[in-house]
Amino acid sequence: MVDVCFYFQVHQPIRLAKYSVFDIGKKSRYWDDKKNKEVMEKVARKCYLPTNTLIHDLVKQGKMKAAYSITGTAIEQFEEYAPHVLHSFQELADSGGVEFLGETYYHSLSYLFSKNEFREQVRKHEKLIKKHFGQKPKVFRNTELIFNNELGKYIEDMGYKGMIAEGASHILGWRSPNFVYKSVGSEKMKLLLKNYKLSDDIAFRFSDKGWKDHPLSCEKFAKWCDMAEGDSINLFMDYETFGEHQWADTGIFNFLKGLPDALSHKGIGFKLPSEVLESDAKDTVDYHNFVSWADVERDVSAWMGNKIQDSALEHLYKMEKMVKKSKDKTLVNDWRKLTTSDHFYYMCTKWFNDGDVHKYFNPYDSPYEGYIAFMNVLQDMKVRLEKNENKGILKNMPLLKATNVFK
Amino acid sequence: MFGWEFPPFSKGGLGTACHGLTRGLTNHGAEVTFVLPKAPKDADGGHVKLLKANNLKLWHSLKIKQVDSLLTEYVSSKVYDERAEGYLHHVRADGGEKLYGEDLHGEVWRYGKVAGLIAKHEDHDVIHAHDWMSFQAGMEAKKHSGKPLVVHVHATEFDRTGGHNINEYVYNLEKEGMNAADRVVTVSDYTKQMVVNKYGIDPGKVEVVHNAVEFTHFEAESKIDDGDKVVLFLGRITIQKGPDWFLYAAKRVLEKYPDVKFVFAGEGDMEAMIINKAAELGMADKVLFSGFLKGPDIDRAYKMANLYVMPSVSEPFGITPLEAMRNGTPVLMSKQSGVSEVVQHCLKCDFWDVDEMANMMTSVLQYGALQEQLAENGGQEVLKFNWDKPAAKCLELYDQICGGGGHG
Repeated sequence: MVDVCFYFQVHQPIRLAKYSVFDIGKKSRYWDDKKNKEVMEKVARKCYLPTNTLIHDLVKQGKMKAAYSITGTAIEQFEEYAPHVLHSFQELADSGGVEFLGETYYHSLSYLFSKNEFREQVRKHEKLIKKHFGQKPKVFRNTELIFNNELGKYIEDMGYKGMIAEGASHILGWRSPNFVYKSVGSEKMKLLLKNYKLSDDIAFRFSDKGWKDHPLSCEKFAKWCDMAEGDSINLFMDYETFGEHQWADTGIFNFLKGLPDALSHKGIGFKLPSEVLESDAKDTVDYHNFVSWADVERDVSAWMGNKIQDSALEHLYKMEKMVKKSKDKTLVNDWRKLTTSDHFYYMCTKWFNDGDVHKYFNPYDSPYEGYIAFMNVLQDMKVRLEKNENKGILKNMPLLKATNVFK
Repeated sequence: MFGWEFPPFSKGGLGTACHGLTRGLTNHGAEVTFVLPKAPKDADGGHVKLLKANNLKLWHSLKIKQVDSLLTEYVSSKVYDERAEGYLHHVRADGGEKLYGEDLHGEVWRYGKVAGLIAKHEDHDVIHAHDWMSFQAGMEAKKHSGKPLVVHVHATEFDRTGGHNINEYVYNLEKEGMNAADRVVTVSDYTKQMVVNKYGIDPGKVEVVHNAVEFTHFEAESKIDDGDKVVLFLGRITIQKGPDWFLYAAKRVLEKYPDVKFVFAGEGDMEAMIINKAAELGMADKVLFSGFLKGPDIDRAYKMANLYVMPSVSEPFGITPLEAMRNGTPVLMSKQSGVSEVVQHCLKCDFWDVDEMANMMTSVLQYGALQEQLAENGGQEVLKFNWDKPAAKCLELYDQICGGGGHG
């Protein structure tokens, strides 16, 4: 009998303010506090608070279990702008039916550019989760579900029992995402794969009036789940699906509320990721190249690959050693906030013409303006480094010619 | 179709736009008779031969009609008076007959009268008049033939003057033309708003047809690289085009990025002021003036530039950014322009925001990846701005006002 495994991603980037070349050396506060506060308050009101309350009730009634991955940048902003949200997540943690996953503190692409930084961010995140929620994560999810075999092995070596990845059709072929797998190169660590069809029915298609299955009822969805076979149907999605991407008036909250009963009529229950992992691996799957859950390509081209993205990433990671050597805590934290993947997502020009989802989430008027602000901030950080008695070393650092290191 | 300039004898965007639009129309199978007011003995006297000589010959269906006149694009009333005086002097010295109106008012009136005659003798279904100096001609033609009139607004008096010292005569003629027309075409939403708000035209009568760019002259050429980078201003050096804002931004760029030259390509009544101001700001060696450019020199100028800036104070459309993109040159344009409504792969700022303009200029100069990405994506995006679409929109409009009949 199949179960359902819910995992929700909770993330808010710390957005950069507009930063001009004329600010370099003069202004070292980079963040758009006003915008960050606004977004946090809005999403708290529309999504985090009502959804937490709903899920807390369902868990308390023994009807549901769910896993969360909450980024460090989101938690920092809860603390600053919406402490009641953090508190409500803590109540969820105490409810007994909620598991917290591990990830990079800054929701970064660091694994692709600096394993050292990656490891530090994962450990920093573990500490944060332990501190606020009293759990040590056993299951890991990388930023935007970016995954390959090598990362699987790396995470296994860091002590994790399982990982979450996209159940991409081009990897799975005829195989179902509803079983537990292992990736090539890992010994014990297991993989939970996202059932993107059923996940996206909720996350993307729920309110789509042009969709043949609109409106989606709990019963219809439960029927689909009942038709599936395997260990668990892995429904992985952004938490903001509830109330923010799908507004309350679409009926998304009623759907979530009614789903456990509808599933239970079919004899379907809920499992946490670490419970699903107790099943044996059905097969070994080969994630030779990076796969993610983004865009139709399901690759990393939303964050890197165009010239401005590659240039920004290259310059950022080139500074890592210098920044850490400075032992300047504020500087290191500022630098790390810049590793958040969203900054590079804003620079994506792939689908810029179509005014799609990239544009919706972009605080800048264009990807180019995102790049300008980012690069100017990096220049200012260099000025700060120079002031930090590292003079001489940096003078010889060339003003950075863009070479594409990723191709 | 009534206009007042046509390449190769054009000084600005209007001639370019008329050229592109008529080509688009003839590509769609429409027949266009283009009427121009142009003096046969002025400095551009040899143009009849040239029209026959070059690619215009390929336009089998486009007839060029010419009306003797001193009207040329972008003359102020004052310039016209001077020019007319010079011409009359010339004619008198020759003992010739007086053929021309003695002031701009008379000239526009005369163009109208001749237009009426042409309308009587030339077969047509629709009259299409471009900008105010041909509106009278359009109205006269309508009077004689009774065919529907479309007036096409490429610029208003508010754009040309920056909103100061509006010439009432011009304003009234613009308004009269728009009122008399069956439909008004504007080159952007920006201009539509202007036409609705400042001229009181019913928005339901106004159709937006964005301009496009022609690709016939396109040839790949590599960037000229002689050390200093180049930021280009290309257009008339007049208040409308914002050359002063460009200069102030340039001054700020030099604080951060000294290895750059700022090139003004064009001429206009603010040229002396800009030269003096550049000297006063201590940047005379950084600012160059190429004078008025035409033909292949324009494309060369774009190719030479690392960045093209269109800092217009009020730009109804603005074809030059598309020309720059066509040449693989990154573009920074003012938000006070029609073209900024339709182009995505460029930088945009308010013309008065000198710091932001300078920030963007500096960023393009110092971040090579930004320059490359803008050039690459802009070069791709510009391909969708060909004249077929605007021409098709005009034809649709003709069909509507002709009651679904044939177009012409």
